[in-house]
Amino acid sequence: MIFLLMLFVFMLAIVVGNELISKVPPTLHTPLMSGANAISGITIVGALMGAQYVTDDGTTKQILAVAAIALAMINVIGGFMVTDRMLAMFATKKKGGKK
Amino acid sequence: MENFSAFDLLYLVATAFFILGIKRLSKVKTARSGNQLSAIGMLIAIVVTAYKLNFIGGPDGATLNWSTVLIGIAIGGGLGAIMAKRVEMTGMPELVALLNGFGGLASTMVAFTDFYGLGGNGSETALGAGVWSVAIILSIFIGTVTFTGSLMAMGKLSGKLSGNPVILPGRHLLTAVLLIGGLGIAGYGLFTGNFDAEQSIYILIACSAIFGVVSVLPIGGADMPVVVSLLNSYSGIAAAMAGFVIGNSLLIVAGALVGASGLILTMVMCKAMNRSLGNVLIGGFGGGGGEIDKSEYTSVKSAGPEEAAMILESATSVIFIPGYGMAVAQAQHVVKELGLELEKNGCKVRYAIHPVAGRMPGHMNVLLAESDVDYEQLYELERINGEFKTTDVTVIVGANDVVNPEAIENPQSPIAGMPILNAHESGTVLMIKRSLSPGYAGIKNPLFERDNTYMCFGDGKAFIEDIITELKDA
Repeated sequence: MIFLLMLFVFMLAIVVGNELISKVPPTLHTPLMSGANAISGITIVGALMGAQYVTDDGTTKQILAVAAIALAMINVIGGFMVTDRMLAMFATKKKGGKK
Repeated sequence: MENFSAFDLLYLVATAFFILGIKRLSKVKTARSGNQLSAIGMLIAIVVTAYKLNFIGGPDGATLNWSTVLIGIAIGGGLGAIMAKRVEMTGMPELVALLNGFGGLASTMVAFTDFYGLGGNGSETALGAGVWSVAIILSIFIGTVTFTGSLMAMGKLSGKLSGNPVILPGRHLLTAVLLIGGLGIAGYGLFTGNFDAEQSIYILIACSAIFGVVSVLPIGGADMPVVVSLLNSYSGIAAAMAGFVIGNSLLIVAGALVGASGLILTMVMCKAMNRSLGNVLIGGFGGGGGEIDKSEYTSVKSAGPEEAAMILESATSVIFIPGYGMAVAQAQHVVKELGLELEKNGCKVRYAIHPVAGRMPGHMNVLLAESDVDYEQLYELERINGEFKTTDVTVIVGANDVVNPEAIENPQSPIAGMPILNAHESGTVLMIKRSLSPGYAGIKNPLFERDNTYMCFGDGKAFIEDIITELKDA
């Protein structure tokens, strides 16, 4: 039952995503992709859950958990920051470039 | 269903932030705040998860191991920040490819850690052993393919690997064996118990890793926009599958959004090349099929910077068409400077962007935004194509196939039917290019020989700098 519900959520999210993203103009397609990179860093939630099985013993388990969190965080921080950097370049022209 | 908790509500809030954030990306003016909304959603998701795990604990009362969390966040956050700050705008395609790959690998690791942590037994999980096993197999498969495929794409984009398609003998058989073998053994191991589950997962990881490499090898460098978009989609789907593994709807929704986004961009790219996705993925474009005209160009006119400056000086409307060559020559700043110089003359300056110009969707727009071109001067193919007829001069900087009139005039051409920018319809065409060499499609471009075309041979940046000097001296 929960599975069907989640499958339903998955399908609805794809429909919503389709609707929203087809409205994004080509000018913003690169920031869209890097922003999507950041959002796919949501696996950080799963990576954090993995960190509850480990103890401070430096075993493979702990190294795996650290690596999972680090990889997801690269996407989150790197993705949001680089997207912001790009979008700031688009935004400044409104003030500076207009004559 | 059990009662929902405050945590579930906060996850819902985070989901809403993601959706609103993407919605605001549909306008340049609101896009930056949209990205910030998504970031807030992510912050909520992380804090809520950490709080819940720390104070409520997992199913068996295990709580969060903070040193693991903090080390991971410090390493990942630090690396991410450095990469985001240092990357050149010309290097964006490589960065996005790399982030796709990391996203895929993160999903693989989440699924693997869950598998490992539960000792390969998912019977206690929220969704039951069957769904759990399928989700583990799929997220590991898609995540690993995304990882190795993205590394290959990045290598091809950065020039560390040859951009030429590499056709392995018997590659279709090889991919079929990897696909069926990897998924089959993992399914056998997880479902029947006749084969060690952990070993079957290792075999799955190995097969998926090779599958990712073999899939991207035959695809040429200029098709990387399609590949990067598709891998973007995969990284989202892998995250959604990881959501099914751990029974978390936030991962499922966010992953689905990313999956849909990547898929739409993939379709946009394919349409702009008039090719099907299957055709791109099978690869080896340019080899075989259609006869390639190898004859020499006969009546090419060339112009130096002085002549080009004279032509531009008397123009009242100019359209620039940037291509990958502009990114390679780092010429976006001088292009903007030339545009400003022309505007001082009272000339109308616009920029025409072909959807597949550059190495990723929207790449040219970002480069021109970097050099401060007003986004209102950037025009998409559909909006500008009717305007070339009434334009005095079109300046093509490092683009070739996207302005090849063969696409509309010669139905036998390999690129027949591909939408092009109708540069040839304008009064004069200045084609700034290093040589007469063909573009990626490997075919002749009759535009070079047109009466109204002047070839401007040289490095894009140096040539445009010379034009600017001439204009200023005049």
